[in-house]
Amino acid sequence: MSEPLLQVRDLITAFDTDAGLIRAVDHVSFDISRGKTLGIVGESGCGKSVTAMSLVRLLPQPAGKILHGEVLFKGRDLTRLRPDEIRKVRGNEIGVIFQEPMTALNPVHRIGKQLSECFLVHKKYSKKEAWDAAIEMLRLVKIPAPELRAGDYPHQLSGGMRQRVVIAMALALKPDLIIADEPTTALDVTVQAQILDLMKRLQAEMGMSVILITHDLGVIAETCDEVVVMYGGRVVERAPVKELFARPLHAYTRGLLASIPRLETPRKSKLPVIPGMVASLRDLVPGCRFCQRMERQGSTLRDRPPFIEVSPGHWVEACPTCYASTDV
Amino acid sequence: MTPILSVRDLKVHFPVTGGLFMRQIGSVRAVDGVSFDIAPGETLGLVGESGCGKSTLGKAIVRLNDANNGSIHFNGRDITRLGRGAMRPVRSDLQMIFQDPVESLNARHSVREILEEPLIIHGHGSAMERRKRVDEMLERVGLPSASADRYPFEFSGGQRQRIGIARAIALKPKLIVCDEPVSALDVSVQSQVLNLLLELQKDLGLSYLFIAHDLAVVKHISDRVAVMYLGKIVELADAEAIYQRPKHAYTKALLSAIPEPDPTLEKDRILLEGDVPSPIDPPKGSAFGHRIKHPRYEETVGADLSLKQIEPGHWVAADPCCVEMDDWVKLSSASA
Repeated sequence: MSEPLLQVRDLITAFDTDAGLIRAVDHVSFDISRGKTLGIVGESGCGKSVTAMSLVRLLPQPAGKILHGEVLFKGRDLTRLRPDEIRKVRGNEIGVIFQEPMTALNPVHRIGKQLSECFLVHKKYSKKEAWDAAIEMLRLVKIPAPELRAGDYPHQLSGGMRQRVVIAMALALKPDLIIADEPTTALDVTVQAQILDLMKRLQAEMGMSVILITHDLGVIAETCDEVVVMYGGRVVERAPVKELFARPLHAYTRGLLASIPRLETPRKSKLPVIPGMVASLRDLVPGCRFCQRMERQGSTLRDRPPFIEVSPGHWVEACPTCYASTDV
Repeated sequence: MTPILSVRDLKVHFPVTGGLFMRQIGSVRAVDGVSFDIAPGETLGLVGESGCGKSTLGKAIVRLNDANNGSIHFNGRDITRLGRGAMRPVRSDLQMIFQDPVESLNARHSVREILEEPLIIHGHGSAMERRKRVDEMLERVGLPSASADRYPFEFSGGQRQRIGIARAIALKPKLIVCDEPVSALDVSVQSQVLNLLLELQKDLGLSYLFIAHDLAVVKHISDRVAVMYLGKIVELADAEAIYQRPKHAYTKALLSAIPEPDPTLEKDRILLEGDVPSPIDPPKGSAFGHRIKHPRYEETVGADLSLKQIEPGHWVAADPCCVEMDDWVKLSSASA
């Protein structure tokens, strides 16, 4: 197998708060191969977004800090780059798509201008060349009448159209990796289907890798090659997508998969639930955090469970209570 | 059985003002001629994309929006034009749960104050009895009674939604309008809240109008489902029928767009082009036919596209752009 495009090794990210350093990401490791899509799934506060933002060093400052670990991207450790170096990586080599397109777009500039800026700054195009390239990008993301739309301000576009513009910006410089943080969560299902289809198509055409962060297991199932399941700042399970859905090994993954209503679930039946709720980051135990949620007592809360590869590519946090190796 | 709620040809239009004197220059036809019934103990699911008018419809039913036209009969009484005072006693039977439990709970009131308020307004019991009732409600929705003296910010999203639900059931209502009650919650918490809503329905005989955009959730909780597009209901049927045998092209597209949590599934997705058209200047004929640029669109301009019964209990808009040919033949001969 070829060298992965990105290798995350033992990443720890913490926030400096009044209550001391709080680890939002705690010993996270995963790889992503070229041309593949990796999904990171988990509930709010599980650290999925912080993980992604750590990769490109877009943590809220000054509170967010990477305490430990490596992010190897094409052989370079991104955690050690100078601010001007990482800025060149973002955009040029790694594109980022955020959940709420309005926060990524400048409301007082026309979208054509915002897009052409990528080309002016990173590629040193002339104004005319940059504008033409911007229109070309708008056409690529299927915005109708791109010559006219380029003159619009973000508020004149619908949510789906805005997200297309953000995707166009992320793709403009043909990066090797796209990090998409809940790119379709704010959109309607029909628009979500359009955007996911668009991303898939562009990915195939341009051969880039994608890290897709979402809480929607349906989106994961339909778009990802590999999945990382996070809970309480840690990766509890990591597997190829079909393997994960067919043979979930960690109790949390199983609970998550069981609790979503599906179209074939008998109507008005009681849904299986995961009892309790996610503990606050401040109160997390050093050991198995899912045991903590299940209010179990004992030794599993004490030490961080080992993260082991149980079959090729299928990793699980092997807490003796939460990891079931045999039955399904 | 007499329906608990009967809505007929309901229209809610909002004025659009502009120009120097802020005169009305148009209107947003948020809800544009909607009719349906809800039976006692029944859940009607209402689905559609943002801007289709589903929330406006929900608010109009509990009279947070005024209707421009049509009627709302609740519990055998016409409540369409009741004033604030006359509406008050009705409200104890007609409650609402909102999407965002943070926005809908007063941050400066303790949970006890929040839950006691409806009891005080409606003059239920003495202070002692109210206290008891609050504790009962908390237990009913699965919160420890110690929660009563805490404030909303001390709770997680799922717990806050439980508080919202406790408030809604405080006065033992007959119908609750649930506007996206689980959309803001995490997956594992969502199933807890759905279970609670189902349980309460069974125990208290509640009816729900359940508004949501998540079709799997709606199917799970609903007896019947109405699909709304641009201010109008385009299909209304038993939940199983809607999902197994959708008739309207929009319903089909909506269903095919749901990402299914099954990676082995290869599905033929109907990808819609474009967005929902603006309700300020909706197409003259079939709104969905216009979006998909259907060749028969012109026929629908000025035509009667109201719901007709294609099978017993399965209603679909009589719109040649949006149904299969053989269904269209059936619809053309069906009575409204």
